[in-house]
Amino acid sequence: MRKSLLTSVDSIFSKISESMALFLPVDDPTGRANYTRWEEGKKWSEALNTVKSPKDFFFPQVEDLMKFKVSGKNIELKNTAKIDEDFVVFGVRPCDVRSFDVLDNVFLSEPRDGYYAARRKHGIIVSVACSKPSETCFCHTFGIDPAGEYGDVTVWKGENELFWKANTEKGEKVMELISEFTESCDDNAADDIKAKIEKIAEKLPLRNLSAENFGGDKTDEYFDRPEWKSLSESCLGCGTCTFVCPTCQCYDIKDFNTGKDVIRFRCWDSCMYSEFTQMSAGQPRLTQLERFRQRFMHKLVYYPANYDGMFSCVGCGRCLKSCPIHMNIVKVMKTLGGKADE
Amino acid sequence: MSEIFEPLVPKLGVITEIRAETPDIKTFRVVTPDGEKPFEHKPGQCAMLSIPGVGEAMFSITSSPTVKEYMEFSIKKCGCVTEWLHQAEPGQMVTIRGPYGKPFPVDTEFVGKNLLFIAGGVGLAPLHSVINYCRANRDKYGRIDVVVGSRTKSDTLDYDEMVNEWAKEDNFGLHLTTDRSTPDWDGHVGFLPAFLTEIGFDTDRIAILCGPPIAIKLSLAALYELGFDKTQVYTTLEMRMKCGIGKCGRCNVGTKYVCKDGPVFRFDELDELPDEY
Amino acid sequence: MQRITREMLTSKAISLLNDGTVSAVLGWREGEFSYDLTPSLFYTAEDIEQNFVFNDFCGANFSKYLVTKTLGIEGKILAFLKPCDTYSFNQLLTEHRIDRSKVYVVGISCDGMADISKIRAITGDGISSISCEPDGLKVQTIYDDEPKTVSYEDAMAERCICCKSKKHVCYDELIGEEGEENPDCNRFGKVAELEAMTPDERFAFWRGELSRCIRCNACRDVCPACTCEKCVFNNPNSGAENKAPATSFEEQMFHIIRAFHVAGRCTDCGECSRVCPQHIPLHLLNRKFIKDINTFYGEYQAGKEVGSRAPLVDYTTGDLEPGQVFEREGM
Repeated sequence: MRKSLLTSVDSIFSKISESMALFLPVDDPTGRANYTRWEEGKKWSEALNTVKSPKDFFFPQVEDLMKFKVSGKNIELKNTAKIDEDFVVFGVRPCDVRSFDVLDNVFLSEPRDGYYAARRKHGIIVSVACSKPSETCFCHTFGIDPAGEYGDVTVWKGENELFWKANTEKGEKVMELISEFTESCDDNAADDIKAKIEKIAEKLPLRNLSAENFGGDKTDEYFDRPEWKSLSESCLGCGTCTFVCPTCQCYDIKDFNTGKDVIRFRCWDSCMYSEFTQMSAGQPRLTQLERFRQRFMHKLVYYPANYDGMFSCVGCGRCLKSCPIHMNIVKVMKTLGGKADE
Repeated sequence: MSEIFEPLVPKLGVITEIRAETPDIKTFRVVTPDGEKPFEHKPGQCAMLSIPGVGEAMFSITSSPTVKEYMEFSIKKCGCVTEWLHQAEPGQMVTIRGPYGKPFPVDTEFVGKNLLFIAGGVGLAPLHSVINYCRANRDKYGRIDVVVGSRTKSDTLDYDEMVNEWAKEDNFGLHLTTDRSTPDWDGHVGFLPAFLTEIGFDTDRIAILCGPPIAIKLSLAALYELGFDKTQVYTTLEMRMKCGIGKCGRCNVGTKYVCKDGPVFRFDELDELPDEY
Repeated sequence: MQRITREMLTSKAISLLNDGTVSAVLGWREGEFSYDLTPSLFYTAEDIEQNFVFNDFCGANFSKYLVTKTLGIEGKILAFLKPCDTYSFNQLLTEHRIDRSKVYVVGISCDGMADISKIRAITGDGISSISCEPDGLKVQTIYDDEPKTVSYEDAMAERCICCKSKKHVCYDELIGEEGEENPDCNRFGKVAELEAMTPDERFAFWRGELSRCIRCNACRDVCPACTCEKCVFNNPNSGAENKAPATSFEEQMFHIIRAFHVAGRCTDCGECSRVCPQHIPLHLLNRKFIKDINTFYGEYQAGKEVGSRAPLVDYTTGDLEPGQVFEREGM
């Protein structure tokens, strides 16, 4: 383990930026944090987390996949994607690092998604332990430790110091890069910080939320539950929950005619949208109830069925804070799962 | 450097032949720009065709895997991409990627069995490749029966091929019916499900059902009435798809993705999925 | 703090349910924390007694829900509408989107609603409970032993600080005191500031704000003026369908097109800005249109009267010429 002075953090960012792009949470004028490319003058946000999750770095909201030149009956195809530069994402919270595992299962299983795989290969994750969790946090539910070691490098933030631990080879390289600003310290140096986080985490209102009543074999138990009606009744059908969610991975592929070329791009899509499953021949999910149910069944039942019991939620709490009607996975779990025991 | 990003990047294809099968179904023959078959496939599998700027859509491959020179798609005009294809001319290039999905178990569960193919309308398209594969490997299967229900004779897909080739083979039964009687039709008139009951097939065979949802539902009921069991009946599902590889998230029925776990399902498998298709 | 209490509303709701006046009640359902209430239909007295909540976090505008909720129900729905909600309700009646005979409107006076993000900015994160006391909101966080008090003034949502009217424009019955219109609310103050900017400054302002948009469509989906059954932006056959901007220019266009679409019909309820996860001040686009309409066509408030003809859809010989609009300063 190594430590650095908190006051040297901008020098560290500057040093990393010399060799590769560095992204970190920065406050916008309204006081909300979003990942921003670091440059002189950008300040690392104190916020617990960003509005938009860091999934953007590997699975961007919009990305061009390829380009076509169409003339008469003829089509030329150009593969325009070029992802070959390393980058660092600093300040990723443990829940969000776990979300990359959730996305990996989907995008890196055969047939591998090349765009995502290339970004994962070039991305270096520096996680920062959560010294100030919010009431909306429930990462414990999914076995995540807000003080734990995640990503290529883990950072624990103390009063005046940062403690650094490299977890992977990629992480070692970053540590080497900034070695002039850090010095070696005892491996237990961050233990006080970890203990403090754990003490706070015990006080979180959602600390006891459990996912044990959910899992891959529960389709029959939950699919036809009457509670879906009241849970979904006020859903606006907007995409806020899916777009702030670090694990939602549905996408659309569309063509954009620039007048000169046709660009085929991929963009985030939402199962909450009515046209998500609309076919010329029909619509299998007719009302918002079916769409709402799909989102939560996917996170709590279908995804675990396909990926060894892992849930597609990391308890980051973004949907709790952003949903216009305050409906969210916690309310769904408590309403459905709470009664499963009776 | 330019990395190669399979699998969303398609190959290029050329439509070399377009045949009008019925007033709203055309068959498109596709090869690569070098004149080769785009890729190998198995019966029941699908491919993504696109015209850049118009859109990309999933179609069942109609030609048999045993055809080595080209790939064919029988496509009904019913949406944006299909309407565009219907006004295209030979020589038109398209993009193609695949094959996608789980094929019919022609080399396992179908072997040695009598087969009963039941198609409603354009539902014959996905079965066409299976039937021709089975015909090409004739000694692997028992008796083959094909029952097709269409609106009228002119709406009957592959009519000439069925009557002039299939029906003339040994151990092969062709049973056609139309919903409406027309002057050019002297065959059976009546809906597909009732026709099945009327013929009264024995249950010593595997049934493969394909067609519009209502035809599937009622034909399945007719088969149950004849004593068929769920484990003997196969069908294909259709859902909206974008990626074809189980990642874009929209074609799932419960835990199964139609694009990769389907489109072929046996009815006992479907029974385990939620009723949302 | 609201002078209206939960008990006033629950007793009214239960008596109207019991005497058969209404068959359902549109209200706020309790959440996990004190501030995360969900709009919901209540069908029984028991459900109302157990789960109905009314406090300073009841900001959601119920009017748009009535478009769909009145369709699938026998009898009337009781809707508790705040003064601002009644403007939206009237506008929807004007546009024939709600059957008036299916709704029993109970107007409730409103003292301004609280904004949880303003409270959070004062108390810090980790809010475990909030109670509404006469001297302010008592906010307990997991980081403090004692609750912190946040004044109602400091907690009040921006849209409520410059509330245009405390007067209901529609109701069957009223709970609480009827208020007055507030022409001195200065709701166009920020618009005037933007008008005073140079075009480049103004462009930079909006680019900065709109660059945060994640295109979740919450602003559109919550907007009581956006009730198209199929929005042009999610209709695959429209030629304009898009879920994501192909260019950053398009992102700006989405919001501007939407503002044009609701111009003259927007009642300035402020829901668009409330629900935006990126806190983009979208209501300023709409207010600019309202201000311009007032300037060029005379004072007009959408939703004030059922059936009123909005200036933009009502031709008169006195209408100003396009050139006059074009040549003014401070566009």
